[in-house]
Amino acid sequence: MNDSSKLFSEDFRDPALARSLLRGIARRADRPMRLMEVCGTHTMAIFRHGIRTLLPPTITLLSGPGCPVCVTDAQEIDAFIALSQHDEVIVATFGDLIRVPGSYTSLQKESAEGADVRVVYSAMDAVQLAQAQPDKTVVFLGVGFETTAPTIAAAILSAQALGLANFCVYAAHKTVPPALSALMGHPAVAIDGFLLPGHVSVIIGLAAYRDFFQAHPTPCVVAGFEPLDLLQAIDALVTQVADGIPALENCYPRAVTDSGNPKARAVMDQVFMPCDARWRGLGPIAGSGLAIRPELARFDAARRFKIAVVEMPPPKGCACGEILIGLKTPPQCPLFRKRCTPMDPVGPCMVSSEGTCAAYYRYHGGTD
Amino acid sequence: MCLAIPSQIVQIDGHDATIDVAGVRRRTSLMLLEEVQVGDYVIVHAGFAIQKLDAQAALETLALLREAAAAADKDVPS
Ligand code: SF4
Repeated sequence: MNDSSKLFSEDFRDPALARSLLRGIARRADRPMRLMEVCGTHTMAIFRHGIRTLLPPTITLLSGPGCPVCVTDAQEIDAFIALSQHDEVIVATFGDLIRVPGSYTSLQKESAEGADVRVVYSAMDAVQLAQAQPDKTVVFLGVGFETTAPTIAAAILSAQALGLANFCVYAAHKTVPPALSALMGHPAVAIDGFLLPGHVSVIIGLAAYRDFFQAHPTPCVVAGFEPLDLLQAIDALVTQVADGIPALENCYPRAVTDSGNPKARAVMDQVFMPCDARWRGLGPIAGSGLAIRPELARFDAARRFKIAVVEMPPPKGCACGEILIGLKTPPQCPLFRKRCTPMDPVGPCMVSSEGTCAAYYRYHGGTD
Repeated sequence: MCLAIPSQIVQIDGHDATIDVAGVRRRTSLMLLEEVQVGDYVIVHAGFAIQKLDAQAALETLALLREAAAAADKDVPS
């Protein structure tokens, strides 16, 4: 059994193999190429393993709209905060969200003022919280991509099975393939290849990218999170770009199949249906969100609570929107490391551990 | 949010399981995964097992990587 655990981790960190792969990449990357990862966990893994510094100067790695908290629109953050101001509400959320500044305040500041905001590890913890607090309404803030949405859906179905009347979800989920199309359709965005998200692909499978790939034949490779996974995927992208033959490739077959995880998708589809959604950086994208189905309306916080939020301009000077689509890097933001630090963040990309600004701050000491 | 660390199933009780994550025991839900057995390695996300890891596929990937590495090393001009 120990051998298997080594197989799934250490074996994919072999430094000698990594060096050989890097030599191959350096030789093949004979022209400038811009490759984008669309997954916050990839952003962190790439920094943690120092991969940027090992690649040849021809390769630019960009972090795209892959950090769920970062792509959450300011209006949604304001709606979360408005929910926390209801006396009977306990807001339950994943940790990263509480420090994200809204237009006026954050969940953390509201919590200091008396709002009941609880950080949970799983949406199931929020269901348990609702069971334990029958005189309060627990609102779970549903943020995340296709990896997270099934877990929230499972929590809603559990609450339904338990007959819980005091649990609901504010659904602000987003789906990845429509965002890839939006990026390719953006006039200023120039991307030569995508490192597709490992864990989103675990759920949706390689098949879910086919429509996107047919519409925008661009190099696409699903990658895992160990150093060799990332280097193998980068090598595959570089080869596709250099040869001029785009393909939809899976470099993470130990976790990702063509059809993904059908059970997780069935649970997700039982609870959610596609809706339009607004992304920070990309704006509104048709069919890129997940709304709670009408038959489960009583679990939908957006229907249960009247939430009025006004559209506000983003924080002055914050370049999160441009960073999320690869038009800028954090050091190009005038506030980076000056007014904006992980201790006192201005934008979400500095708050979330998966955010690009936070990753630059932590691993590059603020240099490019 | 994602635990990219492979976790091993050590015990199954109905829809829940105990997993071993690099020596630490945790609970996870099995509601989103079909046909899990004790001993399987899984990916866990926000309290749910979302996929089984395929040992055969991992071995094949490593074999491919070793081949690619050997080819890369051979081509290096000395
Ligand atoms: S450094 Fe701060 S202000 Fe600038 S883009 Fe990043 S999060 Fe926004």
